[in-house]
Amino acid sequence: MDRIYLDHSATTPVSQEVLQAMMPCFTEVYGNGSSQHSHGRDAAKLIDIARKQVADAIGAKSSEIYFTGGGTESDNWVVRGVVEAYKTKGNHIITTAIEHPALNKTLDELIRSHGIEVTKLGVDKEGFISLEELKSAIRPTTILVTVMTANNEIGTYQDIAAIGKIAHDNKVLFHTDAVQAICSFGINVVEQNVDFLSLSAHKFYGPKGIGVLYRKNGIKLGKHITGGEQERSMRAGTHNTAGIVGLGKAIEIAVRDRDANNKHLSELRDYFVSEVESKIPNVYYNGTKGNNRMPSIANFSFEFIEGESILLRLDLAGISVSSGSACSSGSLEPSHCLLATGLPIELAHGSLRFSFGINNTKDQVDYVVESLITIIDSLRQLSPLFAMKDGGTFNV
Amino acid sequence: MYNEKVMQEFAAPQNVGFIEDADGVGKVGNASCGDIMEISMKIDDSGIITDAKFRTFGCAAAIATSSVATRMVIGKHIDDALSIKNSDVVETLEGLPPQKIHCSVLAEEAIKEAIADYKAKK
Repeated sequence: MDRIYLDHSATTPVSQEVLQAMMPCFTEVYGNGSSQHSHGRDAAKLIDIARKQVADAIGAKSSEIYFTGGGTESDNWVVRGVVEAYKTKGNHIITTAIEHPALNKTLDELIRSHGIEVTKLGVDKEGFISLEELKSAIRPTTILVTVMTANNEIGTYQDIAAIGKIAHDNKVLFHTDAVQAICSFGINVVEQNVDFLSLSAHKFYGPKGIGVLYRKNGIKLGKHITGGEQERSMRAGTHNTAGIVGLGKAIEIAVRDRDANNKHLSELRDYFVSEVESKIPNVYYNGTKGNNRMPSIANFSFEFIEGESILLRLDLAGISVSSGSACSSGSLEPSHCLLATGLPIELAHGSLRFSFGINNTKDQVDYVVESLITIIDSLRQLSPLFAMKDGGTFNV
Repeated sequence: MYNEKVMQEFAAPQNVGFIEDADGVGKVGNASCGDIMEISMKIDDSGIITDAKFRTFGCAAAIATSSVATRMVIGKHIDDALSIKNSDVVETLEGLPPQKIHCSVLAEEAIKEAIADYKAKK
């Protein structure tokens, strides 16, 4: 059996359609998109088409789309750029306790280097922030609210339209990291009151190393990279034509196929979840089971055992998944997201994220469940916590 | 990030379990840190460790180091077992990633705890 990939929230394969669209950019349309001659203009035309594809996918205008090196860069740019452009208005930013490190770490850095103040909104056990808490967190000095559209570990969708409205009612800008969400969640930046939005192509079957920052026209933002005139002088550097073309094609396909993909993915996910819950004891589903979640993610905690061990045993069985446990990341703290949902630290250590993709099948799910049953049981036989579970105590 | 030796030990750990009539049991670590290691030993009257088993809650390195620790102590006199250092465990595994060295420390501590438990009971 071929290896089974269930880590699509980490990255996705480039789809054949996307690859075909990109190929000419390497050897035929190789001109620099900023050059005035035909070679350059041919590349510029492809870049313009891609910009329009992105704009159409999120209800924006082409002039509001900036190509970047990926989601992390977009998140960095928007936070640093807003702090720079609005320093006379204030220094307070509101975010959540479950953001991606691209945002979290950048904010931590700005607290140290620029003296900004950050409010991190907590989440409930399903991963939702409270709109009331958001309202009361806003200060006269608040310059930005940044809340991810969908969480990368548990897939919970926030009500970004309502969050954006609260921000705007208080004359505060709203950024959302939609890197995970875009495949499954319909984005319309106008209807959803979004001022800035981050995307990354490799999460939706496009290439790595290319992303987008959407900025609503008329809103100030500090320049990100200085140099040439690319991206309206905001983000200089020769255009990555192939990456941009791939991103454009990939987002067009993502929107085109969204409903069909969502149906396929939620069927697989629901089947997987019900199989795991009925066949493996002492498992806990993390996140929400309501409608407001990505169809591709199932995050489970397996009691009495540790996530990295499960991940590596699954790897030996030919299955790739991701762990929210401390051990795989090298820190001692397990997933900040799971802890923020109130999950006990012992269970957070035993968590795994299974993220499905469009090419996964029901047969693969069957094999994964079968492997999981064996692996979980085998690791529990190793675990002193499992041995003590029925009333025994474990004194250390 | 793990070498072949660690992965082999993790995939097929030796001496898994608990010796019900153990002469010494060592338990170290805690669940909130993500590692618990328990080593139980049979020790004969001359102080030779005749059997050792482990149960571990933890990552691949924790499981591999526990397994190695039990293999290292079986057949040794307790005085020699007490001189096993975490670096000996790491060496037997032909290296561990830097952030996993603490697992080998737990293994050393579990051995020492088990022998201390044996001595206390005697």
